[in-house]
Amino acid sequence: MAQLRMREALRDAMAEEMRADEAVFVMGEDVGVFQGAFKVTEGLLEEFGERRVRDTPISENTIVGTGVGAAMNGLRPIVELMTVNFSLLALDQIVNHAAAIPYMFNGQARVPMVIRMPGGGGHQLGPTHSHSFEALYLQVPGLLVACPSTPADGKALLKAAIRDDNPVVFIEHESLYGVRGEVPEGENGTEPLRFGEAAVRREGGDVTIVGVLKMAQVAESAATQLAHEHGVEAEVIDPRTLRPLDLDTILASVRKTNRAVIVEEGWPHGGVGANLATLITEQAFDYLDAPVQRVTGADVHMPYSKRLEQAAIPHEEHVVSAALATLAGAL
Amino acid sequence: MADLPDAATCYELLARMALIRRFEEEAGRQYQRARAGGFLHLAIGEEATIVGTTSVMRPEDFLIGTYRTHGHAIARGTEPKRVMAELFGRVDGTSGGRGGSMHIFDAEKRFMGGYGIVGGNLPIAAGIALASQYKGEDAVTVCMFGDGASNTGNFGETMNLAALWTLPVLFLVENNLYGMGTSVERHSAQTDLSKKAEGYGIPGERIDGMDVVEVREGVAEGIRQAREEQRPTLLEAFTYRYKGHSAADPEVYREREEVEEWQEKDPIESFAKRCRAAGVLGEREVQQAREAAEEAVKAAVEFAESSPEPALDTMYENLYTRTEPGGWYAVDERSPEPHRGEDEAEMPDAARELAEAGAAYAGRPEGPRPNPAAQGDVQEGVEEQIEAPDRDVSPGEEDED
Repeated sequence: MAQLRMREALRDAMAEEMRADEAVFVMGEDVGVFQGAFKVTEGLLEEFGERRVRDTPISENTIVGTGVGAAMNGLRPIVELMTVNFSLLALDQIVNHAAAIPYMFNGQARVPMVIRMPGGGGHQLGPTHSHSFEALYLQVPGLLVACPSTPADGKALLKAAIRDDNPVVFIEHESLYGVRGEVPEGENGTEPLRFGEAAVRREGGDVTIVGVLKMAQVAESAATQLAHEHGVEAEVIDPRTLRPLDLDTILASVRKTNRAVIVEEGWPHGGVGANLATLITEQAFDYLDAPVQRVTGADVHMPYSKRLEQAAIPHEEHVVSAALATLAGAL
Repeated sequence: MADLPDAATCYELLARMALIRRFEEEAGRQYQRARAGGFLHLAIGEEATIVGTTSVMRPEDFLIGTYRTHGHAIARGTEPKRVMAELFGRVDGTSGGRGGSMHIFDAEKRFMGGYGIVGGNLPIAAGIALASQYKGEDAVTVCMFGDGASNTGNFGETMNLAALWTLPVLFLVENNLYGMGTSVERHSAQTDLSKKAEGYGIPGERIDGMDVVEVREGVAEGIRQAREEQRPTLLEAFTYRYKGHSAADPEVYREREEVEEWQEKDPIESFAKRCRAAGVLGEREVQQAREAAEEAVKAAVEFAESSPEPALDTMYENLYTRTEPGGWYAVDERSPEPHRGEDEAEMPDAARELAEAGAAYAGRPEGPRPNPAAQGDVQEGVEEQIEAPDRDVSPGEEDED
């Protein structure tokens, strides 16, 4: 195992797939000479040249649309959008085109492309650079949605996304880029990870905590705290992909623990947690001993002030108290 | 005036234009009969722009268009019956009834689609051209769009990218003078649309879109530049649609006289007349072209009428592409249970109708949805209207813990 940062793991995934398949290329704003706004594409231009690592103008909808057309004509574009907020400028091409084309043309065209975009708060980037739109993309049929929380998953999921024949919205977290983790060593040491397979990060029988993207890590440390300070054994699940969603693993856990907490950084209304809570209620209602709890980002545009920003993002303490709330009366 | 091509080509041009005209007239009629649904955008009057363009394209070239592209597909060689079946929403339609009038597609003929979002096809055209160039193939992409699309952000973005990356693409504005019901003078600050990409370094030219021979020459040159010089160009073809924007257009924005004036320049009549005058085609051939169109369209309607409606259990087909069937990835095995429409085939007729009308939940497969009022779980203030059945199915009974 090698210790790699998330950004390095993602870069390696792209480089390996580009070496293996000439049809794979990268394009986006400042992915080449600048090496990527978050340095995820570092070194790619040097290795693969301008034909395959293409700096684009700041034209999000056209960047994605060009990717759609290239994908329809046999290539496998990896499009980087600088933040999830900027992806809203490309929403027409992502939803009305990339996601719809295979269906509306009845399978005559494929759109094998990856649209990478980082989001999330924590760096004081304020209201237009730090949002979490997992729920937005999760809603769209025709898309696959990945949200890795560890370097190993990042690499394995990105390799899978590049090889997949469907359009993939690949959501990264800005403050996970520098986080190190163990990644299998060597070129092609990482097998692509099948979409729709959740990871059980920690086993426990008292409460199920589902954490999305960076919140998977927050959930894990909250679980440690719950064990040490409250004697509660939480089971922590990282869904890793939201579409398809490994509901089986989540439901199996809820049937065991009878309690569920969902942690996400996005907005509460119509969020990942809102959806998942409904699915749990529909399919495991009889197993629940307490209402499903959601821990979400605050229902505001991400504030700049460090104090406000930190207060708008879920932390361990919120997860702990939500977990304890599901156990009220049972402890 | 550009020279007429040889007799065989003239006949082909005339026959193809006549076929599209007749097809569109019939599509309008079938829309009135409610056989075709949704919106219907007809290209009657614009045949010379369409056929002139496709007639100088190679089979390996790509064409991409708008939501007014029945004729474009037919001009590319798609069978009219498959386009008609798509309008009817039937399984033999070009998109199996999933796309409809605005989303015709024929991969085999490299007709890369009709698109319902104005300007949405522009960046896709750039991408198709990019892929051809990337792969070292010399296919050219022809991107047709309306005057209205020249105002979208996609227009500016795509012109810039295509010029910057020297993509082998020809952009062709079908300027029919109106973006829906708003005239060019009222929607574009620059009314010479051929100039709108000059700032990006893409030269533009205006052509008479009612003259099939002139369209051929203009498009052939644009394609040549794209193919040989890897250089995008912009052509503005002046054309006119005799019918409204869609079938639901009261046409309050233009005078009847204007329509009649353009009809005098009818692309089919004028071309037939010229061919006859030049002795290239005789009356017999002109008549033959008309009759062939009549036959083909009649057959298209019969075909569309007899084609079945899509089965409900095909609802989710082609939503996702299976990368390796049975391999490491299969998406829907792990998706949450979606809309329960899959079970509709087994349902009573009433539930089936409800489901077809788009109801999110049409009842359980084994019968109607349980009514709490019928099961003794009566809420306060709600009158019990249905007699409770004998069996007790109150929730929670099977709780295992």
